[in-house]
This record gives sequence, structure tokens and C-alpha cells, in this order.
Amino acid sequence: MTRKHRRLYILVAALLVFGGAAALVLAALDENLDHFRSPSQLIAEPPPLDRGIRLGGLVEEGTVQRSEDGLSVVFRVTDLSESVAVAYTGILPDLFREGQGVVTTGNLQSDGTFAAREVLAKHDENYMPREVVDALKASGQWHDGEGGHSEGMTQ
Amino acid sequence: MIAELGHFALILALLTAVIQGSLPMLGAARGRADWMAVAQPAAILQVVLVALSFAALTYVYVVSDFTVINVVENSHSAKPMLYKVTGVWGNHEGSMLLWILILALFGSMVALFGGNLPPSLKARVLGVQAWIGIGFLLFTLLTSNPFLRVFPAPPDGRDLNPLLQDPGLAFHPPLLYAGYVGFSMAFSFAIAALIEGKLDAAWARWVRPWTLLAWAFLTAGIALGSWWAYYELGWGGWWFWDPVENVSFMPWLLGTALLHSAIVVEKRDALKVWTVLLAILTFSLSLMGTFIVRSGLLTSVHAFATDPERGFFILVLLLITIGGSLLLFALRAPVLKPGGLFSPISREGGMVINNLFLAAACATVFLGTLYPLFLEAVNGSKVSVGPPFFNATFVPLMVPLIFLMALGPLMPWKRADLAGVFSRLKLAGLGAVIAAGITLYLEQGGPILAVAAMGLVGWLFVASLVEWSDRIKLFRAPLGDSWRRARNLPRSAHGMTLAHAGMAVAAAGMIGASVWNLEEVRNLQPGESMEVAGYSYRLDGVEQLEGPNYLADRASLTVTRDGEEIAVLTPEKRLYPVQNMPTTEAGIHTTWVSDLYAVIGDSDGRGGWTVRIFHEPLVPWIWLGSLLMVLGGFVSLSDRRLRIGAPNRQAKAKAAPEPESGPGGHPAAAE
Amino acid sequence: MTQRLLFLLPVLLFVVVAGYFLWGLSPDRDPQALPSGMIDNPTPNFDLPPVPGLEQPGFASADLGQGEVVMVNFFASWCVPCRAEHPFLTELAEETGVPLYGINHRDKPEDAAAWLEELGNPYSRIGADSGRGAVEWGVSGVPETFILDGEGRIR
Repeated sequence: MTRKHRRLYILVAALLVFGGAAALVLAALDENLDHFRSPSQLIAEPPPLDRGIRLGGLVEEGTVQRSEDGLSVVFRVTDLSESVAVAYTGILPDLFREGQGVVTTGNLQSDGTFAAREVLAKHDENYMPREVVDALKASGQWHDGEGGHSEGMTQ
Repeated sequence: MIAELGHFALILALLTAVIQGSLPMLGAARGRADWMAVAQPAAILQVVLVALSFAALTYVYVVSDFTVINVVENSHSAKPMLYKVTGVWGNHEGSMLLWILILALFGSMVALFGGNLPPSLKARVLGVQAWIGIGFLLFTLLTSNPFLRVFPAPPDGRDLNPLLQDPGLAFHPPLLYAGYVGFSMAFSFAIAALIEGKLDAAWARWVRPWTLLAWAFLTAGIALGSWWAYYELGWGGWWFWDPVENVSFMPWLLGTALLHSAIVVEKRDALKVWTVLLAILTFSLSLMGTFIVRSGLLTSVHAFATDPERGFFILVLLLITIGGSLLLFALRAPVLKPGGLFSPISREGGMVINNLFLAAACATVFLGTLYPLFLEAVNGSKVSVGPPFFNATFVPLMVPLIFLMALGPLMPWKRADLAGVFSRLKLAGLGAVIAAGITLYLEQGGPILAVAAMGLVGWLFVASLVEWSDRIKLFRAPLGDSWRRARNLPRSAHGMTLAHAGMAVAAAGMIGASVWNLEEVRNLQPGESMEVAGYSYRLDGVEQLEGPNYLADRASLTVTRDGEEIAVLTPEKRLYPVQNMPTTEAGIHTTWVSDLYAVIGDSDGRGGWTVRIFHEPLVPWIWLGSLLMVLGGFVSLSDRRLRIGAPNRQAKAKAAPEPESGPGGHPAAAE
Repeated sequence: MTQRLLFLLPVLLFVVVAGYFLWGLSPDRDPQALPSGMIDNPTPNFDLPPVPGLEQPGFASADLGQGEVVMVNFFASWCVPCRAEHPFLTELAEETGVPLYGINHRDKPEDAAAWLEELGNPYSRIGADSGRGAVEWGVSGVPETFILDGEGRIR
């Protein structure tokens, strides 16, 4: 076993392991991404139904309806110019409230509603997910008042 | 007054760090012993000053001094004392101060116990530590000063985020930081070695215990954080592949690799360049974790103070630290002399494979975590990378690693014989079959891959024990003889067995929790029950109660199995009025092979409540396994050849990498 | 030579990653520095009741745009930066003579009254907002201040 042999062996092993990892990553990246969309984008360009979507926006006031058994809930997520109906079954996060920012993960249905398998609200009530801010900005509804510095008072 | 004292002490600490970072370095370069000698008292003065500053901040929290803005934002007079104290580091500014305190502590430990390090190496190590300290002290003083006053003072504070008012999370940050910062020791030693252009077994002898200590802390910190997420968030999950979790996991993966490669450097004087690179990268990832969490660069469910200005400051800090050290590596690493030779099939070869897999796994986590940022930069589209990605990339890399983990410890240094190794693993093969068989029987089928995975875990568990029992001749020699052998076995050998077996136990828990967990949501009226996984949960009622700084709805659920009462679960839904923030407290009963986990949701207004039940098989094993790993780390540390501060008694005796003999012999299986 | 390049690889990779980090921190990706989408737009429609216990009247969109420049400030007694900016706002209102309208955001009336009692009350009108107003104005956190021209447009 000379030094050269050893180096060759390590190189081959490294190529095998890292090549394998790269192949796994490439294969997985194609299928396992959730694409972030705002309600306006979702309506303007409906994505394929099987694509994972993260729909972000504000919970529209007065649209939260719970089913009889209290398990399923339907609400609209809005970016203040368009809104999309979202259906979800399960316990909503503690911080889920009307008028607050949420991110829901799921798929668009053929009837134009959104079936969420996960609903996230931020831990902090003054915080708005960056994606939500960007979505609001894209729909022309985001604004920073003059002189107002809204520094996040997060922990 | 006290706050100003703390501020002042912090500024003095910065000045001390400047001296500690310059004079000894120059002294080492010019060979002036008097300049180098400055490092030791400076490092000790540094820790005293930072500790004073930290004590000052703790004091203003304890007495609820609401003229300090940091206290106003994160504390409240009605908060329990425990959380007044832990609130000190429950916020950005205070946690930076904790970071610096731990850094200074590690530095002072080198100063105190490093008496027999070569003087130039010691001076340089302390110098590099001081540089890191300067960066973080500047950052804290300039952008995140915890001692700022507010005028006029408000009557009361805004309280600490209620999610953080929890014993699990209270001690999560100190452990995590001890881990992150602990890797700074390996980093400083690596930089010092690059500057010296010399790296030998004595170097590795010093780096190993520090890495081990950092690794054990980080393991504990991650496990505690995961445990907290599990019982506090009420989602029934314990790991979400969230960016904030990933950035703590990446240094763990590389740190684990470093732990193993440092052994090769110590015993065989090989893999030196790679080990230095690992030491740099591990600490770099720790720094990057701090940066990503605090800059708002990535979207995470776990909020932290995000501020682009601070982010920019840390980025500059990263550029200097990581960029500078990697540049130094590029320039100086070729100087390091390559070391001992070994055959691919050997202990060293096994370590190489271990390192390759861990590094590749770390790379996939890195890519998955930062991919959204890369993609957004390239074409503006926003994506998120969820658990499916990591399941499809990270998990397949762990499978061969766990399989090979069983072989490594059985292989002697330099050259091993695979057939011999496998013949010693017959029992482990049996263990695999038994574990798979039990799984198959209990689960009546289930995904075949999961059954195979349980077999793999059984293989690792038994193999770890086989190696250990072989060495003490368990059941082959009289028990008394085995006992004597076990006592003579180096502690590090016991530690390794514990850590490897712990890994197997934790992995079993992870598999069980992800494959067989059940979840059911139902709307229950008091008196009604629901059935999950053979257990029946009856809602007895929901009562309102008042805690020290919160209001709560507490449900009580009686769990029965075959008519026999098992437990009463009391999940709560709390509201913290100061922050107007609700939280969930899960009700958990552990049977040690599974957790019965209940959460209550909202009332339907007609007396019914949403109840969510999780059946979480094997989850307790995750924490049990992690605990075994941490324990393994500390048992190894207590090995007198590894004990911090002591290693040089041996190092003096031997500079050559040949295995030493005597009572504290090497744990190499070749002996 | 190739070996030298291999040693340079880590630092090169890091430079690439750092470049992305730098991009990630760039101001246009920063929610705080976004230009207000509300600028030049008329204010949303709203009608805010007065805060109980305070003498100042509430106000509605009709009260704005009466030919007079007005400042509208979102505040709350639980918000620390509000306290910090309060003296500045008071001074600004006194020196410029521009009327300052307050919107008390998600607050208890008695807390708000005590807060104004303690710090002084520069507001000529104060509306109570349970949260909906902030959504319509697109406020992400308090404090936030808007300046309206004589036609009721946000400047």
C-alpha cells in the first residue's frame, strides 16, 4: 500500500459517496419542493394539481367557518387583492386568528379550492412570515408608513 | 448603575481581548516568552470581566429593572423566578452575552489547564480564541447591547414569549451554545497548528477532549430542543427539518466526523489535513448557524429577532473568520507532512468511510437548507424544502453508515481482515434477525423497509455490545475476571460502546416514531371516548384554572386498555394575557415503548372539545438513546488519558504515534 | 499544482455561499425597507370608534382628506418602541402644528388611557382598532405612522 494507492482509494471512495449523495439530492429536489404562491399568483397561473404549494397570506376576516364536529375548518386566505378558499382538517395552530398571517401547505383542487395538510402561524404575533410580506408586496398591498419603524419585537 | 457596570465590564473585556489577541501572537512569531506569557492572565481576566457583565444582566432581570429596555421586552414582574433568570438568554442580546461568556470560559480553561502545552502553541490558541471573542464582543456592543436604558421607564415588561417559559427550553440554549462554542477550541487549535506549520499526535491529544466535550453538549442541546418541540408545540413531531434545527444539526454531523478523525491523527498520525479542515468547517457551521438564525435569511417556524443590520455585521464576521481561516488552510495545509499508511480495510479506513458519509450527509442537509435561498437568487421563485427531501437524501446515507458502524470498532489499525470481522459479528446478525422478527410480529406486516431498518438497528446494537463483551471476555472467562477486565478497560472504550449503542437506541426510536405513529382527531363531549391503537381515551371534563401568569383550560382524559386504567392525561390550552398569546401543553404518558400523547383544541361552544390523540411508538427511545450518547461522551472524557488538562503527562512521555503500553493502553482492538 | 487547487476549493466554495448570503441580506429582500405600496393611494375605508374613557373622538375615512395634512400613528400601550417614539411625535405635532391622529391598536381602553396619562396625549383624535384597521392599512407592527395629504392620500 503506497501513499499513491491510498490517495486513489480515498478519492474513489469519496467520489462514490458524494456522487451517490448528489444523485439522491438531484432526484429529490425535483419532486419534493413546495412552491410558495400568493392567492393572486395561484389564481393567475393555476399550478398542476399534484404540485406541493405553500399558500401564504392573511386569514380573511369573517371567513373562518368550522364544521359541525369542529374538526374541519374552511377559511379564505387573502393577499388583499385576491383570495382563495382553504379547507383543513385538524387542530389549528395556537396563533391562528382572523387577520393574521398564515402559511398553509397543500395542493390546489380541481374546483379551485385549496386543500391544506398543514397550517402554520408564526410563534410571534407581531411577526409576519417573510414570504407573506413578499406576497403582499407583489400584490401592491404592502407599505411602510413614513417614519414608522416596525422593528419586530421577537424573542 | 448595575447595568452600566455590566456595560463597562464588557468594554473592558473587549480591550483585554485585543491585548490577548495581539501580544501573544506577536510573541509567538518572534519567540518572545514574556509576550506569550501575557495570554494566560489575559484569558482569565477576560472570563472574570465577561462573567461580571453577565451577572449584571442577570441582576437587572432578577430585580425586574424596567429601565433596561432588554428587561422590558423580555420579562415581566409576575414571571416566575426561574424564567426571570433564564429570560436573560431567552432573547437575542442576552444570548449573545451567554455565547461570549462560554467562549471566555473555554479560553480560560486552556489558560488554566494548558500548563504543559508548548508555549507558542498555547499563546496562539489563546490568541485565536481572543480574535473570535473580539468579533462577538464588537457585535454585541455595537449592534446588540443588552444594557441600553429606556426613558421613561414603563410600569411593567412585555414578558418572555410564553413558549420559552418552559424548563426544557430554558436550558436548551446554554447547552447548545456550549456545543457550538466548544468547537471553537478545535478551531483555534487548528488555526494555531496551521500558523505553526506543525501538527502531531500531541496536538490531536489536546483537540480530542475539547471536541468530545463540545459534541456531548451539542448532542444534549439538540436532544433537549427536540424534546421541547415534541411536548410543547403539540404537533406530535420531534424533528421538522426546519432551517433553525438544521443549522444546529450540521455542526453535529461534522463534529461527529471530527471526533473520529482526530482519533486517527492521535493514534496513527494520518488524515491530518482533513482533520484540520473538519475542525475549521465544524466551527464555521456553528457560526453560520448563529448567522442564519439571527439574520432572517431563511424562513423558519421558530422566530428569532431578525434584523438585517445585525445580519450584515455577522456576515462580515463570517467572511473574516471562515474566509480567513479557509484561506490560511489553502496556503498552509500543504506544509503539513502526510502521516502513516494504512490499508483500506482497517480501523483508519473505517474512519475514512465514516467521515465521508457524515460529510456527505452534512452536505445534503446544507443543500436542502439553503436551496430556497439559492433558487430565489437565481430565478426569483420561492420554494421550501420539506421533510420529504431530507427523508429521500439524508436517510439513505445513514443506512450504510449504521451498517458499517458495527464493523469499525472491530477492525484493528493498519490492516484488518474482513472475514474475521464478520465472523465476530455472527451474534449481531442474529440480533438483526431478532429485531426484524419482533417488529414483523408486533406490527403484523407494515412497510418491509421499516422492518429491515429495525433489523439494521438491532445489528448495530448487538455489534456494539459484542465488541465490548469480547474485550472483557464476558461469559468466556469467570465473571470476576470479566469484571476486573472491565475495570481495567479504558473509560473511552466504555464511552464508545455507550455512544454507539445509544445511537442504535435513538435510531430505533426515530424509525418507530416516523413509521408507526398514529394520529386521530375527534370532537368529544365530556364522557365520550375515542379509541387509538388499542387504548381508549375518555374525556372526563375540561376545567378552567389560573396559573401565575396565564389562564388555562385543562382537559382530563382517562386512558384505559381492556378496561384497565392506565393513566390520566391533562393537556392544557393556556393563554398568556401579557402577550395575548395562547400555547398548548400536551398531556403525555410514557409506557417506555410508546408515548400516549393528547392535545386539546377549541371548544365547539356546545360543550364539545376537539381532542387530538397521537400514539407515538418508541419515541421515548430517542431521548433515551441521546442520553446514552451524551453519557458515552462524558464517560470517555473521564478517561484519564483524555481528561482535560491532564493529557500532557502522557504527551510528554510520548511524542511518537506508536501505541503506548502500560495500564492505560490504547483501546485499539489490535492489542 | 492540482493539489494546490484542491486546497483552495473550500475557500472558493465558501466565497460562493457567502455571495448568496450577501444577496439574501440585500435591502430589496428586506421587508422593513420595502417602499410602501400604499403611497399615493387613498386610505382604506374605515370608521373607528373612540377609545372608551378618552375625550378625543374617534375618526373615519371621511374625516381625512378635508384639505389638511394629517399624521396617523398606530400605537399601543404594550409596545415598547411606541414609548420610545412618543416624545418625538409629541414634539413633531407641536412644532409643525400638523394634527396627529392616533389609532390605538389591540389595546385595553384603561391601559391606553393610563399610558396617555403618563406620557402626555398629543393626539387630536384617537380611534380604537381591534385589529381589522391594521390589516386594512397594511400595518405589520406598531408603531407605524402615515402622512396623508389634503386629499386623504398616503404620502
